[in-house]
This record gives sequence, structure tokens and C-alpha cells, in this order.
Amino acid sequence: MKAVLPYLSQILEGLLTTVEITAASILLAVVMALAAGLLRSAGPVPFRQIAAVYVEVFRGSSLLVQMFWIYFVLPAFGLQLSAFAAGVLTLGLNVGAYGAEVVRGAILAVPRGQIEAAVALGFPPATRLRRILFPQALPRMIPPLGNLAIELLKGTALVSLITIHDLTFRAQMVRSVTLETGVVFGLVLFLYLLLALTITGLVQVVERRVRKSYGVPRHAG
Amino acid sequence: MPVELSWDWGYAVSCLPALLRGLGVTLQAMLAGYALALGLGLVWALLRRAAPAPVARATVGFIELVRSTPLLVQLYALYFLLPEVGVSPSALTVGILGLGLHYSAYLSEVYRAGLDAVPREQWEAARALSLGAPRTYRSVVLPQAVPPMIPVMGNYLVSLLKDTPLLSAITVVEMLHRAKIQGSESFRYVEPVTLVGVAFLVISLAAGGVIRRAEARWSSVEGHPR
Repeated sequence: MKAVLPYLSQILEGLLTTVEITAASILLAVVMALAAGLLRSAGPVPFRQIAAVYVEVFRGSSLLVQMFWIYFVLPAFGLQLSAFAAGVLTLGLNVGAYGAEVVRGAILAVPRGQIEAAVALGFPPATRLRRILFPQALPRMIPPLGNLAIELLKGTALVSLITIHDLTFRAQMVRSVTLETGVVFGLVLFLYLLLALTITGLVQVVERRVRKSYGVPRHAG
Repeated sequence: MPVELSWDWGYAVSCLPALLRGLGVTLQAMLAGYALALGLGLVWALLRRAAPAPVARATVGFIELVRSTPLLVQLYALYFLLPEVGVSPSALTVGILGLGLHYSAYLSEVYRAGLDAVPREQWEAARALSLGAPRTYRSVVLPQAVPPMIPVMGNYLVSLLKDTPLLSAITVVEMLHRAKIQGSESFRYVEPVTLVGVAFLVISLAAGGVIRRAEARWSSVEGHPR
């Protein structure tokens, strides 16, 4: 236990890196999820297919393989990314693909009558999406997107395998120096749990806000 | 910078035998890990339902911890902790344990949802007919609870498959590890890593098709067990 104390600051630095990667990747994932989800459910035809291919490719193969591909194989095609950029790009694109299906599902779950009414009232397609479909779909998206954010947090551990000094990487390092396996991994698992609970808390705040601002009662939708 | 699309078919083909051997290990880890997850998941679900309150609460906490923390860290913890308590399983066994444990937490929720979805009246009717617990589960509850679980369980099998490359971090020579070895020997990662990605894509798309058919089939017989 005492042997680990001098290395606490290193573990906390790793925690900070993990938080940074998580935040940056969530941002990218949300953008990708909205873009691909909206295009696939309501976009023009060629874009629908492009979005579908993106979703299937990133959901269909393994996160670690994708990360290796982007980090080790892309340079062969002339695109060299930093480890941080490669990690964030992979996590954002991968989780974004899962998120796109959540967004699509939520859009498709809006009752047809709503669209028909909007058409009857002469709203152009963009306005239909922005004023009718999206506001009703949004509250439905939040809880599953929150679960995906936790999956993304867990996925950040993989960046330790492409040389980033995140929480998992630091844990490995401190373990190999102190040989206090139980203490180090107990602490690190606890820190990940703490991060996950923080994300859950933040998602609940967002959910309450969205429901309030769109006037949806707690258990409807 | 000129973008050079360099794909060497000859080299790609020469990678295949090694990758296929890796695929064998990958599938082995998947099947054994999933079998363990199915069994342990049922244990957690039953403990949660029927055990005394402190045990049930501890089970819930354990499931939460396993689900909220990275599989990679869990694998490392098992890989380094087990030898400290005097057992030294092979890396593949540790990997199977880790995968099984991680996914058992998810599957226990599937079992729970499935059992909760059986209407109360079914339990009451079974009791009124004094069927006894084993008979109640076998003939009344499970035939109604299991079919809706099958597609969800299939999805977790595919997720587990996609997590098997993590075993390379604890020295298991599965498919991705084979690709890395190939790459480091020839300084060409393009072909082996791409082939591994394509292999995962093909397997999970095929599995997705099977699951969708299972979904269509099982949801149409919901409530009408044969």
C-alpha cells in the first residue's frame, strides 16, 4: 500500500488523460451519431447509403482492430496521426456508429401522424426535421446515448495499447514498479467506476433539462 | 504527399495461414467465454432474485462494477492477480475467464428482464396447480422467458467476439496478435490488419443476419411455446 503512494500523482495524471480522451471522443461521437443517424433516416438517397456503410463497418468490426488500423495502417496510405488523434478518432467514429442507430431509432419512433400533419401544414422537409421530428426524438435518445458514453469510457482503456499514457497505461506501469497488483488495480477500477457514475449523473441532468424544455413528462416517450 | 495505395495480394495471401490459426484461438476464446458468461450470468440473476437481501445487494454492486469498468483492466487484474494467489492458468484461460466474467454481468440483466417479463399470473397459476419449483421453471416460466432473450443474447455473443482482440494484450496469440507478428516480421501492417478487420466484419454481419432471423422467428411465437 505504502509503495504505491509515491506514484499516486502518475495515476492521477493518467486519470486526467483518460478524462480528456473521453471528453474529446464523446464530442466527436455525438456529431457522428447525429450526422449519420439523421442522414440514414431522413437524408437524400446516396447519403443514406453512405451513412449505412459507415455504421455497418464501424459496428461490424472490433474497436481494437480499428484503432490499430488507424494508427498503424493509415500511415502506409500517407496519413500519419498522433496517438492521441488516432485514439479519439477511432473511439469517436466507433461509438458514433452505435449512436447513429440510436438516433435513427428515435427518429423512426416518432408517430407517422406527426410527419403527415407537418406535410399537410406545408412545412418544408428541413423545418419538419428541425421543428417536428427532432424535438420529439431527442428525449428518447438521451438514455441509450448515456449508456454508449459509458461504453466509450471503457473503450478508452484501449488507447494504452497505442502508447498513450492513460489511466490503464499508468496502472500497468505502477504495477510493474511496485508489484502491488491488488492495490493498483483496485484503485484504478474504483476510479473508472467513479468516472462512469459521473457520466451517469451528467446524463441524468441533460435528460431532465431536455424533458423540461420540450415539455415531456417523466415517463412519456 | 502522394497517396500510395499499396496492397500486395501475394503478401496478403501468404498471411492467411497464420491468421486462420489465430482465428481458431479467437473462436475458441469466444465459445468458452460465452459458455461461462451464460452460466455465471444465470447465477447472478438467481442470486439477485432469490438470495437473502445482503447477498442480493452485493451481487447488484458486483454487476455494476464489472459493467462500468474496462474489460482490458479486468483482464490485466486477473492476469497478474491469479498467480499471486497461487493459481497460474494459461493466458488463454485467463482471457476466457475475463470475457466470461465481463459478459456474465450483461447476460444477468438479460435473464432478469426475461424472467420479469413473464406475467405474474403464470407463476400464480403454476402455484395453484401445485407444480413445484422445478416443474414451474421447466414447463411454465422458461418456455415463455427464453425465446425473447435469444436475439439479445445473440447480440452479446457478437459483442464478445469483437472484444476477443483485447486478449492480445495479455499475450494470447489470437487473430490480431498474429497480424501484429506478421506485420513486425515484414514491416507491412496494411494487409494483415486489414484482413483481420474484414474477418470480424464478415463474421459479425453474418451473425447479425442470423440474429435478425431468430428475432423474426421467436417474436412471432412469443407466448405460444411449442
